[in-house]
This record gives sequence, C-alpha cells and structure tokens, in this order.
Amino acid sequence: MIEFTLNGKATSVDVPEDMPLLWVVRDVLGMYGTKFGCGIAQCGACTIHIDGEAQRSCVTPVSEAVGREITTIEGVGASLSGKAVQDAWLNREVVQCGYCQSGQIMSAVALLDANPAPTDEDIDAGMTGNICRCGTYIRIREAIKEAAKTIEAK
Amino acid sequence: MNKHMMADLSRRKFLVASAAVGGGLMIGYVPTSFARADNDPVTSLDAFIRIDRQGKVTIISPMIEMGQGTYTSLPMLVAEELDVDMANVTVDHAPPSDELYGNPALGNVQVTGASTSVRAFYLPLRKAGAAAKAMLVAAAAEKWGVAPATLKTKLGFVVDASGDRRLSYGELADAAAKVPVPTDVPMKDPSQFRIIGTPAKRLDVKGKVNGSAVFGIDTNIPGMKVATVAASPVFGGKLSSFNEEAVRKTPGVVDVVRLENAIAVIGDHYWAAKTGLEAAAPVFDEGPHANVTTADVVAALAKASGRTGAIAKNEGDAAKVLSAAPRKVEATYEAPFLAHATMEPMNCTVSVSETGCDVWVGTQIPAICQQVVAKALDLPLDKVRIHNHLLGGGFGRRLEADFVLQAALVAKNLKYPVKVIWSREEDIQHDIYRPYYYDRIAAALNDDGMPVAWSHRIVGSSIFARWAPPLFKDGIDPDAIDGAADMPYAIENFRVEFVREEPPGILTGFWRGVGATHNVYVIESFVDELAAAGKKDPVEYRRALLQKNSRALNVLNRAAEISNWGTPLGPRRGRGVSVQQAFGSYMCQVAEVTVSKTGEVKVDRVYVVVDTGVVVNPDTVVAQMQSGVIFGITAVLWGEITLDKGRVQQSNFDSYRIMRIDEAPKIEVEIIKSGENPGGIGEPGTSGLAPAVLNAVFAATGVRLRKTPIDSQLLKEA
Repeated sequence: MIEFTLNGKATSVDVPEDMPLLWVVRDVLGMYGTKFGCGIAQCGACTIHIDGEAQRSCVTPVSEAVGREITTIEGVGASLSGKAVQDAWLNREVVQCGYCQSGQIMSAVALLDANPAPTDEDIDAGMTGNICRCGTYIRIREAIKEAAKTIEAK
Repeated sequence: MNKHMMADLSRRKFLVASAAVGGGLMIGYVPTSFARADNDPVTSLDAFIRIDRQGKVTIISPMIEMGQGTYTSLPMLVAEELDVDMANVTVDHAPPSDELYGNPALGNVQVTGASTSVRAFYLPLRKAGAAAKAMLVAAAAEKWGVAPATLKTKLGFVVDASGDRRLSYGELADAAAKVPVPTDVPMKDPSQFRIIGTPAKRLDVKGKVNGSAVFGIDTNIPGMKVATVAASPVFGGKLSSFNEEAVRKTPGVVDVVRLENAIAVIGDHYWAAKTGLEAAAPVFDEGPHANVTTADVVAALAKASGRTGAIAKNEGDAAKVLSAAPRKVEATYEAPFLAHATMEPMNCTVSVSETGCDVWVGTQIPAICQQVVAKALDLPLDKVRIHNHLLGGGFGRRLEADFVLQAALVAKNLKYPVKVIWSREEDIQHDIYRPYYYDRIAAALNDDGMPVAWSHRIVGSSIFARWAPPLFKDGIDPDAIDGAADMPYAIENFRVEFVREEPPGILTGFWRGVGATHNVYVIESFVDELAAAGKKDPVEYRRALLQKNSRALNVLNRAAEISNWGTPLGPRRGRGVSVQQAFGSYMCQVAEVTVSKTGEVKVDRVYVVVDTGVVVNPDTVVAQMQSGVIFGITAVLWGEITLDKGRVQQSNFDSYRIMRIDEAPKIEVEIIKSGENPGGIGEPGTSGLAPAVLNAVFAATGVRLRKTPIDSQLLKEA
C-alpha cells in the first residue's frame, strides 16, 4: 500500500511503485481534473503540487508521493492563492477549450506561492512549461498579475 | 452565403413547440419531413430551447464547444430575443442528428467547423427565442384575460401594462407549451440589442478552472477498462505479429485486441495498457509506402505543378497577357504537412451491449460518428448513442471519425466498456494532416507596377474528395481554392486552377483556418513581392488594389494607423502586412518581428483589425484573434510534419514545437463596428498570420521566404 495525503485527505492505493501519479489520480482514484497531454513532461497539462511544489505528474512515480501532501486542481481552490488564481482566470476570461488550464492554474499557484509579486520574466520562467494550444497566454499573464494583487490585498 | 443559408433553414424546417419532459416548454426546429402523427416531435428530440418550471433555460446547442466560445455566443442569440438573463441559461450537448442539428451553412450536416456557427444560427436561434417569448406572453395574456400586445417582458418575467402583475417564465412554461407556435414573429431591431454586442461571460468555463469539466477523456463508466493503441507507423501497413505472452503477463493488462492495422492493449488503467503495449513490441507489414519521404511527396507535387489544373475561376485571358507581358513576376510557394496537436489526445470510450452501442467522445461531427459506428458494428442508427463532450481542442482534427471507428472495433468483442486513449506520439504520428501545398503563381505588371494578369495554380491533395466526395466536383476542391478564387483584389485577367495530387498513403484533413490558411499565405506573400518589384510600399500597393473593396480597404487603413505603419524600426526589425476576406469576415494583420543575427525570428507584436459584421460576443472575438495569431505563429515558425521511411518523424511536443508563454507576442485587436451579416472568427486569425510575419521578415532582412516553416539558416546575417 502506498499512502499519501490528497487534497487534505489521507489516501492509500495498491498500485505498482513506478506508476505515474497522473494515472493513479485519474484511473485509480477517479479524479479527472488533472490532464494527460504528453506523458514526457513537455506540456504541463498534468501539473500537480507535491508539498506545494509544481510537479509533472505524468513522469512522477507514485513512490515519490509517499507520506507527502498532494494537491490537484480539485483541491487547489481551498488555499487563498488557489482561489485567487481561479477567480482571476474567470474574471479575465482566460479559458478557451480549457484542457490545459488545470495545469496552467497549478503552475500559476505554485509560482505565486513562491513569488507573490512576479515580474513578466518571472511569469515566463514559471509558466513556460505549460503549453496552451488555444494560445491563451496573454490572458494567463494578466490573470496571474490580477491574482497577485488579490493575494497582496488579503 | 448568409442569405442562402438562412433561406435554406426556413425552407426545410419549421418551428414546433411542445411540453418538455418533466414539465415546461420546449421549442425548436424540425424538418418538414419530421412532421409526425403524435404531434410531439420535440419532446423526444430535444431541439433547441427548453424552459423548465423554475424558469431555467437550457439551450441544446446544435454546434459543439471546442474553445471557440459557441456555448456562449449561441445562447446569447436566444437570450437576446427571449429576454432572459444569461445567468439563467445553461447549455447541453446535442445528441447526433443531421435532421435536427444539421448546420445549414455546411449542407445541413451536424458539423461544427469553418467558422460557421454564428453565421448559420444567427437568425434561426433568434427566431426560436422570439417565438418562445411570444408564446409565454400569449399564455400570460390568456391567464389575465388581456390582449398580448398590452404585455411586456422583463428578464424572465411577463409583466402587465400597469406593472402590478407579473408571472415568471417558469410559471408560464406549461401553459405556453399549449399555445400555437407563431409563424411570423418579429425579432428585435439591432438597435434594441442588450446582450448581442456586449461582452458576455462564458458559460462553459467554471468547471474548466476547478477540474469538474468533463472532456471525452474524462469519461468514467462503471466497469470501464482503459486501452491504448499502436497503429502501423507506416500509413497503410498491417499488424503482423506481437509478443502475446509478454503483453498478457504485464500486471494490470486484461486483454489485447488485434485490428487489421493496429494493436490495442487493454488494462485496468492507462499505465498498465501502455506498459503492456511496450511489452507487446508489435511488428508490422509496412506495405507499399515503407520508403516514402517528404522529398518524394514534394517531387511528385512539383511534377504535378506542370499540369494544367481544373479551373476554379477564369476571367479575361491571364495566360495570354502573361505570355506577352514585358514585366512578369513568378514564384513557387510551399506549405508543409501539419498536425493538429490538440491538447487532449484522441480518445473515445465505447460500450457494446445487447441494447446497442454507447459512444462517449468529444467530436465536431456527432451524427457522422453515429453513422460510422453503426456501419462498422452493423447496427441500426438508433442503436448507436453518441454522448458528446467538451472538446480539448478541435482545430479540425475532431472532424474525423477515425479514432471513433477504431475504438468501436476494439470494443466490439469486449464484454465491458473500453476507453481508448492515444499516446501523444500516436496522436502526432497518426493525425490526418493539413495538406502539403505546392503553388505556382505569376503576375504581369503594367508600367505602374500594378498587376494586370494573375495566374495561381494550387497543387495539393483534395480533402473534400475523401471527406465529402459529392463536394469535390469537376476537379475542384472547394477548400483548396478557398480564399484564392475569391481573393480581395480585383484583377482583370485572373485565373485560379487546382491540380489534385494525393500523397502516397497519407490522409489529409481540415486544419484551423482551412483553405484560406494556405491561400492567404501565398497570395499575401506574392502581393508583397509585386509591391517590392514596383518599389512600392506594401500598404500603399494594397490600397491601390482595394479601391473597390471598401470593407477590406477599411481594415487595412485602420491597421496601418494603429500599427504606426511607416515609422522606423531598429536594425533587423520589420513590419509586414496581410489582408484577407474569408469566412464572411475582413481582416488585416500587421506583424512586427525581430530577426537575430543567427536568423531566429521573434514576433514582437501583432495588430489585428477585424470587420466581422455584427459582433455577438466581442470578448470572444478578441480571444479568437489572440488564439488564431498564436496558432498561426506556431505554424509559420516551427510547424512541419516530415516523413522518412514512410514514418512521421515528429512524435511529441519536443519535436513538434508549440508556442509557449515566453515566446508569445503582444497582440492588439480592433473590432470594426458593423451592421453587416455576422462573419466567422475562429479561423481567420490563423489564416492571415503567416504572410504578415513573412513579409515582416522580408522588411527586416530583404530575404523573401517562400516555404514554411521559416528556415533560420536563410536569415543568418551575412
């Protein structure tokens, strides 16, 4: 049995140790908000947090999660920064097809948690691992800045 | 086109209403051939508007949502005429039915594509909303014993003249369902619009920011297993063998299915299926295309470009004027195969049981999927139930049913539902690609340097010949010539031809911006060449050509103004312009680029001016311009699928590069205020982009590129 905390809840799964966290979350635990995009950590659609840090779950074996705090898009709204980012995403109408946005939001929250006032260069560095085929980058940038302001005000 | 398609819908269909299941009002269009004895066609058929007893309005959207904003713009049309708050409107996916949900702009087939959704449904959905409102008003009038004309509506309520009495649409819905459907109900004058033309919040996005939105790949059916597939890496190859013992020994693998050209491994989860597929190590009989290379394809196209094509348009005598012309410019332009690379890889879930077949998928073509599966499984149409989903990108890829058919064939012999997910590698290497085009173009110039003859020979595969054969007529593919035969400039001797040349084994399909993406690239690059040949400014040159095309001229003038056209930029920087009229919209794009000493091109800024007629959701228009521009830059800078030994050489995002946030330009969009018929906006942002960038590269370096993607070797500082 592999045990970890998922969105604040103690979770245990009986799966091979090398199984990527992405498929544990989706196919074993039935939480489908985290997306499969490339399988080789190139697109960021599968981004989750492990102990608050953004990780590509498609290449992270579940063994690395043992005893740690995993947060997915379904749970990220519980934090101040998570909620602020989700709200900014809606307020700025960032989303088009939406498939990559779980990962974009998870990366943005991790960025803001580490750096509450990111510059454009910081946003570039923090978000370059997340591809959006609809090209919502301009609004992602605006939304991150808006979320930063919301967080600062609270 | 608009007039034609609107007439078409009203001729073939009529509005009907009935009680909805569970109470309330249902109103929609059914074909005249659907008139049935039970007088209750809509209840069972679910088109288009449902108003329940709580007053909640549901639009069963004939067009699908793949990011382009249709699930907001179409409900806006209904809400405007029905007079309800958008906050009370929700959208349901439509079931498969060409009869009910066919797109009048695309032959009444249930297809979302070619930027037609708003164009096709602008009048029908408004009319349906207006009729529903009239019926609710009539129901209130009957209750109160007053004339309907004395009543008004206000955001989901009918109110009487005094303002003392009011009834909600929910309270009236049951009674309204019994009112005869008005045949000639007036719609609002555009000056009265309060929803159309104002930015509306998208209705599909809440679930997309908290993980609850359900895409096809998120289907979760009790007892479902997950499969992944490997098709022959060479197109047209067949599966010969695989290591069955190894695959069945893989932990979590439950089954393996042999298809003619592919193997499917089924597991408890995707990881087991993927691991099992690797263990299977399938061997393929690669067939006749095992040695095909891109060079072979291009050589065949080049040879074909020597043939005279089918004539798409022929005015005056271009050949004669060209042969006698003292000044002539000629060029050859190439555009590569392109993959769609939707973020959601191809996937489809199928369950085959005694009651028929259920299919869970995100598709642009629900009714075609139903037909394909019914045929493959030898089932009557009504035994195949298509459950559509939000699409994690479409861009034309989900206009194909290949992956749906494959999933049905996998599920056929299984006793449980199976979700087939393609790996990203499978997705890139088994796409149905944007055609490789090889165009030859020539113009004769007069003493002023203006074109007096134009000859454009388009050489490539025909998508329509495969996708909708009846539309490939007299050797002309209507998509291949789109934007070429009807380009914005009037030239007296004008000839456009199409030469069909199919690449060996490779299927070609629609790709964002469709025909115009390739033709606007060729035409706008070439017009730039003509301007340069006459030593004229590219904007001035186009102005001279557009004197009789006021909408095109207007977007050009506005774009020149907001982009500060003509003001100096630094060394190895340049501006380029493109003008297009396509999808019922007029657009001008100006790109600003910087070319590094090593030849790398950075697009710094793009200005877009668009005249798309009446605008439904202006924020969506801006979003689609931003989106289309970035999609277009990805293609012009990096987009290329190449073949070697019959195989696609690209496989994932490391070899098929997609623009990232740090590479994205600034984009400024201006929408022209217009009362013209609504135009399309999902495609054109992409179709005009490549030539604007290539022309900017020419301005920055003096190098004219006639092939995409950009080869930075050609742009190195000497």
